[in-house]
Amino acid sequence: MIEQREMMKVVEKLRGDAIVLPTMTGNGAWLDVTQNQDRDVSIGGAMGKASTFALGLAMAQPDTNIIVFDGDGSLEMNLGTLATIAGKKPKNLYHFVLENGVYGTTGGQPIPSAGELSFAGIAREAGYKAAYEFDDLEEFTLQADSILNEEGPVFVCIKIVPEVQNEPIGRRKRHPKARPTKDALVALRKEIGTS
Amino acid sequence: MASQQAILNPATMIEEFKKNGVSHVVALPDSETNFLYELMDAESSLDVVPVAREGETMAVAAGLIVGGKRPVCLIQNTGMFESGDSIRGIAVDLGLPIVMIVGYRGWTRHGVTPDSAARFTEPYMDAWGLKYYLVERDEDADRISIAFEEAYENNTPIVVLIGDEYHGFNR
Repeated sequence: MIEQREMMKVVEKLRGDAIVLPTMTGNGAWLDVTQNQDRDVSIGGAMGKASTFALGLAMAQPDTNIIVFDGDGSLEMNLGTLATIAGKKPKNLYHFVLENGVYGTTGGQPIPSAGELSFAGIAREAGYKAAYEFDDLEEFTLQADSILNEEGPVFVCIKIVPEVQNEPIGRRKRHPKARPTKDALVALRKEIGTS
Repeated sequence: MASQQAILNPATMIEEFKKNGVSHVVALPDSETNFLYELMDAESSLDVVPVAREGETMAVAAGLIVGGKRPVCLIQNTGMFESGDSIRGIAVDLGLPIVMIVGYRGWTRHGVTPDSAARFTEPYMDAWGLKYYLVERDEDADRISIAFEEAYENNTPIVVLIGDEYHGFNR
């Protein structure tokens, strides 16, 4: 099992000018790690659509790498996204799934078939160019540079240590660096010249 | 009883898309819009993005808009129902000018509407606070341009209902 921030630190070092799109459990962790927040947008609130948003952005900005940090529960809600992405074959899309086996933002209830199904296997058979699975940080660190230079769409499943939140949403503390998605989109559009 | 005629030509829709600079059509086809789908596929200025489920169309469109493109979503009203949280969480809450062309399955002009898909369509859009226009024939097609103008001027999603779905789009 990998601590998600340690994995994200590896990605941050290698990201270059990539746009990074975290969702759900990955949001706070990525905020702890990112060095270029104007090229980050947290995509939530639409039942697992971060990877689908990433596809649109990847098609519109084909010369920029797009990295999405999806959740396993999020991906299960929108599993068809794998076929949609594979169908358009975006060369610049890197689809990470943080597999912790639980709904981390709602108290840690298990997701369906937790630990039994292979997300990387489904992505591979859906038609992604490559699909990987890691449960060892050192092994991921050794391969990360090469993976992020492959032609996409690339799928990377990272088995992470669950971080469970169990407070009602209204009582949760916001990450000091968190900003509304709408504001993050304004910053990103300014950054990439599409505003 | 007068019969309805095929009065909305798919080519008219394509012309409207071109007039409004549409770059991508994010679509989940249904049997009634198949002819339009074939025309779009053959039109070099349009990139057709097939999705597995209608709720994906708004997310793909959002990414395209943020990346500087000008998409349109093409789905049926039944698919719009399925898309509820994408419309809320992406199109409405993020204030994105997503134009959705929605096949109005079951629409009749005489008020007897046995198909619940049609009966729920307008109350659904009212509940989401979505503005919408109805297009039934070629003469109505400029409402698509109006939808684009308003969507981009106000940064808001707008629906264009295609009320001739069972007629004009069929061969």
